[in-house]
Amino acid sequence: MSIAEIFDSMEYGPAPESDENARAWLDQHKGRFDLFIDGNWVAPKTKKYFPSINPANGKPLGEIAKAGKDDIEAAAAAARKAQKKWEKLGGHSRARHLYALARIIQRNSRLLAVLESLDNGKPVRETRDIDIPLVARHFYHHAGWAQLQDSQFPNHEPMGVIGQIIPWNFPLLMLAWKIAPAIAAGNTVILKPAEFTSLTALCFAELCKQAGLPDGVVNIVTGDGSSGELIVGHPDINKIAFTGSTDVGRKIREATAGSGKHLTLELGGKSPFIVFEDADIDSAVEGVVDAIWFNQGQVCCAGSRLLVQEGIADKMIAKLRARMEKLRLGDPLDKCIDMGAIVAPVQLQTIEALVKKGQEEGAEMWQPSWSAPKDGCFYPPTLFTNVTPAATIAQEEIFGPVVVTMTFRTPDEAVKIANNTRYGLAASVWSENINLALDVAPKLDCGVVWINSTNQFDAACGFGGNRESGYGREGGMEGMQEVLQPKFIRTLPSYKPAGQHKKSGDSALSPIASIDRTAKMYIGGKQARPDSGYSLPVHSAKGDVIGEVGHGNRKDIRNAVEAARKATGWTTTSAHNRAQVLYYLAENLDIRAQEFADRISLQTVVSAKKATEEVEAAVQRLFTYGAWADKYESRVHNPPMRGVTLAMKEAIGTVGIICPDENPLLGMISLAAPAIAMGNRVILIPSERHPLSATDFYQVLETSDVPGGVLNIVTGLRGELTKPLAEHDDVKSVWYMGDEEGSALVEKSSIGNMKRTWTSHGKKRDWFNGEQAEGEEFLHQATQIKNIWIPYGE
Amino acid sequence: MATISKLEPKTQHHERNPGLPYNPDAVEDIHVNLSAVERRASTLGGRRTVKKQHQAAWLLKAVSCIDLTTLSGDDTAGRVKRLCAKARQPVRPDLLDSMGMADRKLTTGAVCVYHTMVETAVDALSGTDIPVAAVSTGFPAGLSPFDLRIKEIKASVAAGAKEIDIVITRGHVLTGNWKALYDEVKAFREACGDAHLKAILGTGELVTLRNVAKASMIAMMAGADFIKTSTGKESINATLPVSLVMIRAIRAYEEMTGFKIGYKPAGGISAAKDILGYQIMMKEELGHDWLQPNLFRIGASSLLGDIERQLEHHVTGRYSADFRHPMA
Repeated sequence: MSIAEIFDSMEYGPAPESDENARAWLDQHKGRFDLFIDGNWVAPKTKKYFPSINPANGKPLGEIAKAGKDDIEAAAAAARKAQKKWEKLGGHSRARHLYALARIIQRNSRLLAVLESLDNGKPVRETRDIDIPLVARHFYHHAGWAQLQDSQFPNHEPMGVIGQIIPWNFPLLMLAWKIAPAIAAGNTVILKPAEFTSLTALCFAELCKQAGLPDGVVNIVTGDGSSGELIVGHPDINKIAFTGSTDVGRKIREATAGSGKHLTLELGGKSPFIVFEDADIDSAVEGVVDAIWFNQGQVCCAGSRLLVQEGIADKMIAKLRARMEKLRLGDPLDKCIDMGAIVAPVQLQTIEALVKKGQEEGAEMWQPSWSAPKDGCFYPPTLFTNVTPAATIAQEEIFGPVVVTMTFRTPDEAVKIANNTRYGLAASVWSENINLALDVAPKLDCGVVWINSTNQFDAACGFGGNRESGYGREGGMEGMQEVLQPKFIRTLPSYKPAGQHKKSGDSALSPIASIDRTAKMYIGGKQARPDSGYSLPVHSAKGDVIGEVGHGNRKDIRNAVEAARKATGWTTTSAHNRAQVLYYLAENLDIRAQEFADRISLQTVVSAKKATEEVEAAVQRLFTYGAWADKYESRVHNPPMRGVTLAMKEAIGTVGIICPDENPLLGMISLAAPAIAMGNRVILIPSERHPLSATDFYQVLETSDVPGGVLNIVTGLRGELTKPLAEHDDVKSVWYMGDEEGSALVEKSSIGNMKRTWTSHGKKRDWFNGEQAEGEEFLHQATQIKNIWIPYGE
Repeated sequence: MATISKLEPKTQHHERNPGLPYNPDAVEDIHVNLSAVERRASTLGGRRTVKKQHQAAWLLKAVSCIDLTTLSGDDTAGRVKRLCAKARQPVRPDLLDSMGMADRKLTTGAVCVYHTMVETAVDALSGTDIPVAAVSTGFPAGLSPFDLRIKEIKASVAAGAKEIDIVITRGHVLTGNWKALYDEVKAFREACGDAHLKAILGTGELVTLRNVAKASMIAMMAGADFIKTSTGKESINATLPVSLVMIRAIRAYEEMTGFKIGYKPAGGISAAKDILGYQIMMKEELGHDWLQPNLFRIGASSLLGDIERQLEHHVTGRYSADFRHPMA
């Protein structure tokens, strides 16, 4: 086109970023990439390679090794061998290494940006301006955590070897999120990049070598899902960190159940983007662009459900359509486009199928008038209106450039629709009314809320979800807590159940000495008879029958969870109020100390002195959590923007607690007190062997202003009760203190709603030991962190 | 905004903006989020770019939109004549020839001067279509007696000015006195007669983007043909975030009435790559029509020199020097 013609048309021209250096790098490796194990490039024992394809043109970029069993074995061995030395190097030396990695990433930033765009199909604008700068920032930030580790995480140690499996949507950024905190803390890693996008991880491996990182600290093994399974199943790996689909996350949870592996999962989402009528609508429209057309919508936290207040819906949709007409889609290396290619044909087919389904179900689809390129893997930005919450496309994650629109009338309704999903990753809230925005944000059940913004990320701010979006946080202090553990954990002895009841055949019950007491369950603030109508005998240490408790079943669990669900007032009441209730519990327990001590020594083999000590410790523990209730506070992060990110510690919701056999009072209080102090509602299964300390305790609850439903007690056989509790879809976390088998059962049963679990992995804690029984770990387990991004300025 | 949105939208209008009756609802509903606006403004340059012949063509288009300006206390007839000569021939003919633009009679969009220089400029530009714009309302503070400001407009129009760049009373915005602002601009518009009115908002002194958006809307309702950021004398002049807010107001006004209002960023735009950022924003937020001089002007004095150097670089492949291009 001549200059004169362009002068008239004022069109944009092509603005290609050169791929020369990336091509040269691929050529340097002769288009074939081996595994990076123990600091060396190793050919896979499988002798198999698979192609990596550029989705923008369907052409191969190179061949990638497929790791098999022997290769994962070698990588795990290399990581194990390197770990102790890496840990012993100390925080400062590790900080130097991470700093060097940050610098070398910056020095190679354009190569990495172009390579990522070629491999993934995302616009080079995004890799250049967002992905790669965040990668470097992540290493800088975590160099700092390594430096401060001794002072900030005393009495903690790295978990050991961490297996990490990452997705294809942000290949190098997800690598950084996984590797930087892990190695900063002194762990070593085996990372498997996604099959579609391995190249930048391999380039990173090369940079690790160049930057002088010790061999074996970072091992990169490429391959498909089967290679990932081998990592998940490897016995000598201490933790698995996974980012990807909920389906795969569920399989990983199942596969690792009972293995003792720590697990963090960052899974799918169907995040709401809520626009109130007092929002800056033009800016909100631009927000939608950043929410759903960023990386072609292949973003776990994409704002894929647009919820608009009814009064402005028509206006907003009209503006959005006009904006969509202006979007440009094309060659990812063109610096003048908004959207690039979908990662692979299989993903394109998924998107097409869901869009078709949406139309079949009666939603109205709209796409801009311009057409997407025919060659290569492209899909146009797509808007659905006339969508109901019941529609498939309103519930299923599409993972493509497709946004569905629904309307709401009131803030409450917005929250309801927003939370009407199995997922809980992120949300975006648009309003110029700070009262409204800050009121809505805490009500959204998700891990991240962006006020008047969207898809903001920073190394200092934790990221991660609730519900079926996974658990664990990455980034900031929250993320460091996921790669460290208290040092005592490794020293804990094995848990031994209290053993079979001795049965003397005698009854110690005498209605003359004391009137018959029927211990019931405690559900919704009321004593409740067991649904089964059966009771179980409780024996003394000598084997005499000293009472009976209800034989609880799954229906009692159901009733207890329902009662807990209704007690939301406890979660929203002030921390001061909760503190008062905990102190009051302590007061009332203290009054009856002798009675509780007698009960302990009657049930267990301990001396009267030891039993008294247990009650005293329980009273103290209630005081401890009364104290913590209003002191385990939120943090404020300072990401690089004008604004703050509020890392709000929130109650998890309904928590199931399965108590250990030993220390029937102290064990129970040690677990229940932190949970309720943080605002959770609890279903408690007391010591199976010694349940009377728990059933006695409901009288203390009744006299201490504990609202009904906050602490529910279901007695019975733990083998029968654990499963329905751990499977219940309305329970958000289950704690299990007991044997290995039960720990495995809880973890396996959790996969339905991907609830959090905290199990003892068959280890036994000393409930008198403050570090083991009332450490910050308990508060951490009793809360989840929501990062609320609040940009400001007028 | 309820009553206004009931108006039948008149699309594709190129008629002059007749204005609307005063309606305070139009500013009540205005919400502007600073951080979000800044994000859009700062990322747009990464989303769009023009290279090679496209860049040359866009820069030539920018030249056609420049209000070549001198607004100094030491302005003289000689200075204004030189400026007008440059406006007639803003780019070296050999360069235009090399770019295939010799027959396009490229000139700047206008020449912008103080009232006292209007006649000189009109004379110097005779035989061309280049309008003379005058800053005529007690520029730059706009705080001279109201009747004098009206008289000044009329005098400038009588002297041959085709465009009048008025300054609003910033105090009306800062005190939320929208009616007073509306009445002021409306009176100025009446005084302009057939001359086009460009309303300078003095955005640097309005401080908040919310104020900028509201003042923009009132000025358009009162009949402004253009809205313009700054006098060039404030400490903060045209910026991309302010521009984004003003052009979104223009878009909203068009959605409401069908009338297209022009936009003029002024002050502080001196680099060719900066003006490309403004042009991209106009195209993205408003569209093709707003890249033309009838709806887009750039208030600048030194920008042209940088554009000339970039154009020569495009033609020769060598980086240029300022002394190779005739001065104004």
